[in-house]
Amino acid sequence: MAVLLVAEHQNGRLNDATHKAVAAAAQIGGPIHILVAGHDVTACAEAAARLAGVEKVLVADDPLYAHQLAEPVAALIVALAGSYTALVAPATASGKNVMPRVAALLDVMQISDITKVLAPDIFERPIYAGNAIERVQSAEAKKVVTVRTAAFQPVGETGNAVIEKLAPGPDPKLSRFVSETLSASDRPELCSARVVISGGRGLQATENFTALIAPVADALGAAIGASRAAVDAGYAPNDWQIGQTGKVVAPDLYIAVGISGAVQHLAGMKDSKVIVAINKDEAAPIFQVADYGIVGDLFTILPALKEELAKSR
Amino acid sequence: MKILVPVKRVVDHNVKIRVKPDGSGVELGNVKMAMNPFDEIALEAALRLKEAGHATEVLLVSIGTDEAAETLRAGLSLGADRGLFVKTDVRLEPLAVAKLLKTVADVEGPGLVIMGKQAIDDDCNQTGQMLAALLGWSQGTFVSKIELGKAPGENMITVGREVDGGIETLALTLPAVVTVDLRLNAPRYPTLPNIMKAKKKAIETRDAAEFGIDIAPRLNILETLAPSARKAGIKVASAAELVNRLKSEARVI
Repeated sequence: MAVLLVAEHQNGRLNDATHKAVAAAAQIGGPIHILVAGHDVTACAEAAARLAGVEKVLVADDPLYAHQLAEPVAALIVALAGSYTALVAPATASGKNVMPRVAALLDVMQISDITKVLAPDIFERPIYAGNAIERVQSAEAKKVVTVRTAAFQPVGETGNAVIEKLAPGPDPKLSRFVSETLSASDRPELCSARVVISGGRGLQATENFTALIAPVADALGAAIGASRAAVDAGYAPNDWQIGQTGKVVAPDLYIAVGISGAVQHLAGMKDSKVIVAINKDEAAPIFQVADYGIVGDLFTILPALKEELAKSR
Repeated sequence: MKILVPVKRVVDHNVKIRVKPDGSGVELGNVKMAMNPFDEIALEAALRLKEAGHATEVLLVSIGTDEAAETLRAGLSLGADRGLFVKTDVRLEPLAVAKLLKTVADVEGPGLVIMGKQAIDDDCNQTGQMLAALLGWSQGTFVSKIELGKAPGENMITVGREVDGGIETLALTLPAVVTVDLRLNAPRYPTLPNIMKAKKKAIETRDAAEFGIDIAPRLNILETLAPSARKAGIKVASAAELVNRLKSEARVI
């Protein structure tokens, strides 16, 4: 039997989280079908059809799914669920919103945020902000799983799956989209960037993200993140937050600036390949996980770092 | 309108937990416990709605072993009106909790359920969505803003949700389940008069077995492991040395 993977997409573009979730779905085993639910998502469905290892793409293209509201999307997935042994989605804001609703409607206990597939029914997932790893076995006939995308490598775009159109499902008419305020950025997306530079409370102001972090990010082609403290203080928008309750990233290079390194923050970045910490407090816990640390004033180190990066080009 | 606020007793968020050496779980003996921080935010949101005249009663419910009743008492001393303690020694999973909460909601008839978006112990982030599904209600997850319409007959709530790209605003038909994120509010502290008052507030205790629901765990926890630890690296003296090492040693730039 097959695996149904729910695609993550925004503004008509397939998100890299889908590529990574396909890798997890492949480890669960069986043919992989991708569901693209949205409105005006032809290009997105075509992109999904190119993902390696995908057999079929199901497209529900209807205004009903324009904002991927949990109630209609869950109803659609439940209607399709009969032919699948596993229902999988990346653990993005959208996947986390929809999949537990699906699981409950199917009377299945979901396995959230898996980081490893050990067998089609055995998974590893972090608990306590990643301070423990639980190995769980599910006896459910149908598995409902969300995937921590930072733990899986994206599949390539060498596939050629068939695309099948679906009629829209029922409209539960329970919620209505009003508006959205999205942060526009030309930078790489936080969860798929190869380099991430994050600022903490030490930055002291929004302007310092712009004046000090952004130039270094530009020099490195990096995405910009933030600690919860910086977001709570209003220095950075919520969608930059990295940590237990924010985004989880695992880039090749993570630079933590003015971040002390609370366990809740480490939960979101400690699987990065190389970690750099810049902090004036020598005793900051961030240095215990950093490969390279500079103890000093970020207000002088960041401009110097920008200069050095420019020189080394 | 009655607001139902489910609360969970978890290891205090300041505690650095330890995995038992035999892999059987996390060390919970002599560890400080507290109300799940997201649930405190949910309770605060409910109390503010009541203070603003949108709600008539804030009902707290907690499910678990005897100690969960302490968490209810803590919530009552913050201003909740009444507590319901559903007692069980079964290891609870989100689906089971959602089923028990559904029964509570069926009996109590709240107009709104406000709860934490996740518990900081199992980090599942499921229960609210599952409860909404079982009740057939709308859901607003990861909410950092709540507005109740004042127009008479307008049976809607507007919520701002923290999503991956920014903030999304939805209108939900009531009754609804709302799960809250960190930036919704800053929870209050209990005051001495409220702690005294809380002692007189009623906590009803019910045995989960009376609910007639199968709450046995569906997942078998095979092992609990400590994560692979990172080692502290080296300190470098300057930005120049850092760039040099990232280039030639770590080869990441």
